[in-house]
Amino acid sequence: MTRADLSVRLAPWLYTIVLFVVWEVAVRAFNVPAFFLPPPSMIGRAIFEYWPAIYRNSLFTLWATMLGFALAVALGLALGLLVGWSRNIYAGLYPLMIGFNAIPKVAVVPILVLWCGIGFVPAVLTAFLISFFPIVVNVATGLATIEPELEDVLKALGASKLDIMRKVGIPRTLPYFFGSLKVAITLAFVGSVISESIASNYGIGNLMQQAYAQFQVPLIFAGLMALAVEGIVMYWAMALLERRMTGWAQRSGFAQA
Amino acid sequence: MSAFVALEGVSHAYGGAGGTLAVEGLSLGVEKGEFAAVVGPSGCGKSTLMKLATGLQFPFAGVVRVAGEAVHRPVKIAGMAFQAPTLLPWRTTLDNLLLPLEIVEPHRSQIRRKKAEYIARAEALLASVGLGGQGAKFPWELSGGMQQRTSLCRALIHEPQLLMLDEPFAALDAFTREELWCVIRDLHAARKITVILVTHDLREAVFLADRVFVMSSRPGRVIAERRIAFPRPRDLEVTFTAEFQAVVHELREHIVRARQ
Repeated sequence: MTRADLSVRLAPWLYTIVLFVVWEVAVRAFNVPAFFLPPPSMIGRAIFEYWPAIYRNSLFTLWATMLGFALAVALGLALGLLVGWSRNIYAGLYPLMIGFNAIPKVAVVPILVLWCGIGFVPAVLTAFLISFFPIVVNVATGLATIEPELEDVLKALGASKLDIMRKVGIPRTLPYFFGSLKVAITLAFVGSVISESIASNYGIGNLMQQAYAQFQVPLIFAGLMALAVEGIVMYWAMALLERRMTGWAQRSGFAQA
Repeated sequence: MSAFVALEGVSHAYGGAGGTLAVEGLSLGVEKGEFAAVVGPSGCGKSTLMKLATGLQFPFAGVVRVAGEAVHRPVKIAGMAFQAPTLLPWRTTLDNLLLPLEIVEPHRSQIRRKKAEYIARAEALLASVGLGGQGAKFPWELSGGMQQRTSLCRALIHEPQLLMLDEPFAALDAFTREELWCVIRDLHAARKITVILVTHDLREAVFLADRVFVMSSRPGRVIAERRIAFPRPRDLEVTFTAEFQAVVHELREHIVRARQ
């Protein structure tokens, strides 16, 4: 490993540490009250102190998020393929989906609660609802951008639509699909936490609501930290999956440069 | 009518019969084993001709016949190559070549059993265009000329009776282009295949073809037909002779007139 490689490896840790140090120093230097913005050291102490609750609720949120995300992947992929399959379905469904996506999900949570009660189920559904749109759009885009010449080559061989889909459409869509997972997973966390904040007795969202009610500002920030860590880990997992599955599409040295 | 590929009074419009006419009253016949070139000003419907002859589009007037049969669906005896190599980046060069065999019958149902045989065939074909041993590389690891050779191989792997080439050398540099002329010349000679080459390069047309059709500007029809009598096999040197230049010049006159 060269020096340059090593510095790139260490960069994320270094930047994070610098952020926290600057934060700590600034809070102390300007005498910012802890109920306004607690310093990282105080947040760290809150994490330590409330660790069992944070751990349990983090897992709860993670489960709700992952389940919603899995639903979004399955249905998003299916719907994306359907929309990409036929111009008619595309024309019919697309406006509906855009309209649906424009609805703030926070406004949908009460309806979900009305239907399913509070707790786990609305969190899963909100995570699903918020994260499936980018998957559909990306899969449909991948299918819509098949080169017409390539389609001609295959059609002239007598390929059916299903053949073209299997041999070209789906493999070609995979980079779009896996790229969309990175966006979708972080959105899924937003969804589950929104729902937990409004209507749940569990989860990080609920924990932060309670901390807020008791004015325990360091604990609110501790909850945010837990979410950030979960988000980073899951994003990283999706990025790894993307590289594994579609290495052929990532030849550019641009992002690495 | 005995021509292998025959278009008889064909008219085609995009956007229905009332839309823009791409070709009108187009008639031409290509004999079996013949190398035909179609030249014309840009936008003269050359690519439409390709699509009509392969059954990717259907005319609203006139008849298209391939191998004696009227065309009502994509003809399955054709191989196609275009200006862009359109290789699949997730497949190796060899796997790209195998793609047509995964689709065309009878290979499609035999590909599992005869995999080794097909791979050997693909490797032999690659070797015949100067790409021996490159099968394991991905398309993006090959130069533009090598990609285009691969694309030609893909058009030929299922041993089609008809090869349709739509400006396949247009995006290559002059030297690579001449190299590939020789590749396609040799493939044609070895396989006795019928070739229809659409191009705007008159030297290319005259060097390769037995017969050159000149098309008018849109809506396209054949305004001149020129038999090229240079003996085969032709060497690239022939392109520098006065006779060759005279033929190119003659065709050029037609196109200049067609553009007016």
